[in-house]
Amino acid sequence: MILSKSDFMALAITFKLAGMTTLILLLLGTPLAWWLSRTRWRFKFLLEAVVALPLVLPPTVLGFYLLVTLGPHGPIGWIFQLFGGQPPAFTFTGLVIGSVLYSLPFVVQPLQNAFTAVGNRSLEVAATLRASPVDRFFTVAIPLARPGFITAAVLGFAHTVGEFGVVLMIGGNIPGNTQVLSITIYDHVEMLEYSHAHWLSGGLLLLSFSMMLTVYALNRRFMVVQL
Amino acid sequence: MSIDIKLQVKKQDFVLDVDLKIPGRGITAVFGPSGCGKTTLLRAISGLEQSPAGFLKVGETVWQDHKRIIPTHKRPLGYVFQEASLFPHLNVRRNLEYGVKRVPETEGKISLNHAIELLRIEHLLPRKPSHLSGGERQRVAIARALAVSPRLLLMDEPLAALDLKSRQEILPYIESLHHELDIPVIYVSHSTDEVARLADYLVLLEAGRVKAAGVISDILTRLDLPLAHGKDAEALIEATVSGHDEDYHLTYLDSAGGRFTVIHRELPLGNAVRLRISARDVSLTLEPQSNTSIQNIFPATVHEVVSEGNAQVTVFLMMGDIPILASLTRKSATLLDLKPGKLVYAQVKSVSLLS
Repeated sequence: MILSKSDFMALAITFKLAGMTTLILLLLGTPLAWWLSRTRWRFKFLLEAVVALPLVLPPTVLGFYLLVTLGPHGPIGWIFQLFGGQPPAFTFTGLVIGSVLYSLPFVVQPLQNAFTAVGNRSLEVAATLRASPVDRFFTVAIPLARPGFITAAVLGFAHTVGEFGVVLMIGGNIPGNTQVLSITIYDHVEMLEYSHAHWLSGGLLLLSFSMMLTVYALNRRFMVVQL
Repeated sequence: MSIDIKLQVKKQDFVLDVDLKIPGRGITAVFGPSGCGKTTLLRAISGLEQSPAGFLKVGETVWQDHKRIIPTHKRPLGYVFQEASLFPHLNVRRNLEYGVKRVPETEGKISLNHAIELLRIEHLLPRKPSHLSGGERQRVAIARALAVSPRLLLMDEPLAALDLKSRQEILPYIESLHHELDIPVIYVSHSTDEVARLADYLVLLEAGRVKAAGVISDILTRLDLPLAHGKDAEALIEATVSGHDEDYHLTYLDSAGGRFTVIHRELPLGNAVRLRISARDVSLTLEPQSNTSIQNIFPATVHEVVSEGNAQVTVFLMMGDIPILASLTRKSATLLDLKPGKLVYAQVKSVSLLS
């Protein structure tokens, strides 16, 4: 086998990071997307712009600001220290925080589109059939938005796996801790270990492609990302 | 029992302001041109549309007043929307069960099986809504609304989105609800045919306000209202089957205005039927005609004569207690010297049975 132990460690960290990020994003993104799809608030567009920002912001810029806030002298780092913790910069926690922000639009937008497509009628029907608002959300809105959840989960996961700039800025490329696949590939190339790079790159290519296949095969009705 | 409705809804370019008391039984039709607020009224009654200063009382239960507004999901109502709106992710059975599961057992007066039986949808239960025809979907939607044992059934043009064939398929079911279940129904429609067939009580809505409300046979013939004018003007008469003539193949129908003779119908004696008499099919004579082919001739009193343009008049008559309309030329009306109080004979050329 051509892959080294550190390659496998990077692989494990990458999937752990992507899995946790996706889970957190689904938990936070669902209420946010629901609210965005229902509200008539005049300034909703402000929030939508903030959610979409990571689509266009250079990852190094996002990473830089995160480094500043999460570091020992930044506000978030200070709060972590207040509770006896370590500032999240250069830790796995820091990577998760960064990934959640970085992949936010890839989860929130498909969910918001799916909730909008559910429309009001089914929810009104449910109300006339004695379902309370919470009941309607779980028994009508979520099942009808299912394709959106699949898209959101796959995109959130895939996008986190492919992250590079943010991780490099706040993760520091510590093997076994914050070193992820995309950076491992970069390191291999720098050291002219092309066969390692080939194996890892090919694997990621296959993985990404099969995830996209899943998304597009399962729901052809939804736009994947909208700006 | 009655239903008190005082509701106001303000939208950008439209205001609904309704103050109405309707009977707590039978079918009340809300009739009017599109955009008059029929659907908004129904939505406000259900609580889907906010009417913060409104008042709504169904029988002895207040659904909303200035102190408290019961939210839609706590109102004991059934709602049938214009499009069937079945949940696409559930099969027919689970669509039906969705509401039933959420109704407290003490309220469940109509069993799910009864609703399934009434609408004859047993064979559709395992199917997904996408595999049903439009008419089948609407039948399931009606059964779903009934299965929650509503104290008030709201129907928003349930036939409007269907083709003629599906409409004919569903109308008898809606008619039978009337006899089978003692649930008051508010039925929104812009079809005079449906209204004439189904309604007992009629509310005319115009630009968000109630123009008139009353027993359907009165509202249809009131000359101060639009329905009594135009080529579709008609009267409705409730009658019962009183006999059959086997020789001539005829059926006799008794009403408060007299006995009607119609071509034989396979109906049991004592069966209640509703007759529809178009104003154009009624002619008037001063003497009872004996040598005429017309079978249905009744004494009547002229109550009012109004002009319809230059050539025609509409005459409002009472046949006993029953109001009917006759559409005549102005010349005939002048020659017969028709005026209020005058005794005439109404010759009814054709009668249609509605149920």
